[in-house]
Amino acid sequence: MGWYNKRLAKSIWVFHVSASPCNNCDIEILDLLTPYYDIERFGIKLVGSIRHADVLLLSGIVNQKVGPMVQRIYQQAPKPVFVVGVGTCPSSGCCFNDSYNISQNREEFIPIDLYIPGCPPKPEAMIEGVVKLVEVLNG
Amino acid sequence: MKVEYLFYLLVFPGLLFTGVVGLLVGWVDRKVSARFQYRVGPPLFQNFNDFFKLLGKETMIVKQSVHWLFIAAPLVAFAALVLLSTMIGSALFYQQNIGGGLIVVMYLLMVSSVMIILGGSSTGNVYSSIGAAREIKLLLADELVFIFVCLIPIIKSGYQIDLVQIAGIQESGGAFIRATSGIIGFILGILCIQAKMTLPPFHIPEAETELVEGPLMEYSGPPLAFWKLNHFMMWVVYPFLLVLLYLGGFKSEGLGILWFVLKYLAIVVVMIIIKNTNPRIRIDTALHFFWKILTPLGIIALILSVLGA
Repeated sequence: MGWYNKRLAKSIWVFHVSASPCNNCDIEILDLLTPYYDIERFGIKLVGSIRHADVLLLSGIVNQKVGPMVQRIYQQAPKPVFVVGVGTCPSSGCCFNDSYNISQNREEFIPIDLYIPGCPPKPEAMIEGVVKLVEVLNG
Repeated sequence: MKVEYLFYLLVFPGLLFTGVVGLLVGWVDRKVSARFQYRVGPPLFQNFNDFFKLLGKETMIVKQSVHWLFIAAPLVAFAALVLLSTMIGSALFYQQNIGGGLIVVMYLLMVSSVMIILGGSSTGNVYSSIGAAREIKLLLADELVFIFVCLIPIIKSGYQIDLVQIAGIQESGGAFIRATSGIIGFILGILCIQAKMTLPPFHIPEAETELVEGPLMEYSGPPLAFWKLNHFMMWVVYPFLLVLLYLGGFKSEGLGILWFVLKYLAIVVVMIIIKNTNPRIRIDTALHFFWKILTPLGIIALILSVLGA
């Protein structure tokens, strides 16, 4: 599988899952595609359909209402698929941590492989996170 | 003789050659597009990585789809394109007629569009169905002009429908693009290719922003890999056909290979420039453009070619 993992590491297609975010991380994710950062030079492409995705970029707290939807999206993605939690929200809930609606155990909806903290994380931090994923894939 | 045909089909002008060159030209397209936007662009073997990655992913079949059609559509389109590249390539490089003339080529070129329509509408997805419907309309728009584009060389070569004969007449009598009707036909041909490959400004069926790749939306894994490969193979098949019909084909002696590569790259670069400088048009604008502007131009070119200009 080493050969295949290297191919996968060089062509990561990203699908953007918004699980009730505040839109802050989403704007930073879109920054990655601008000419200044140009993430296509690593072979990373933003795709619109979940069927084409290799990595799900999850932004926002996963609350009780959106949780089953996120789970359904994860089940619809063709495996192997990785989930990257962007921002502080997926990891700790950020300032919404005391909210009545937040799902305390979001790992049971969607298994998150990698967290990129920051509110919002800088595009450089996101690139570093993706590079860590690529390093794991390359072994 | 049979073994030679197998070689043509699988290795040189057929499967392997068209696939590899198509993926590389797809990289040229992505790189030049990136440079247009002041980006760096993907590395050289990006499309190969994409293709092999997709081959190893899981294939998801939608429950309410027509299963056999869903899987068969990309493979049939792939087979049609391999056959086409063999026919056009062997007429160009070996001066041999395999399988038929220009009329067979015209029908086979339609197969890939029809398969996109069938594959898109077999999934049961709303976005795919809208994309398939738009593909039908685009096919209706560009097919007539494409027939004119194929008719002009037939008339200019003295009513020959054999690809080898058309290339041979141009070799002795000069390329058809030197005549007025040839110039008009060539321009129409480039615009038709743009529409048939659903490149911008005619990427109406797979509008990324609102239809999320339209007919290809529900595809994943190997079938998607074959759709992508089909699209890259079209980057070879269509410009080769235009080179054969208008720019005088391929000569093996002297600087022939260099000339051929230059002709091919010129067409590809013009296509990339059109792709990067135009926004998407609406479906009614596309129909208006093809039926009311390009069709009269095609008729004028036809009349000119009958008159010998």
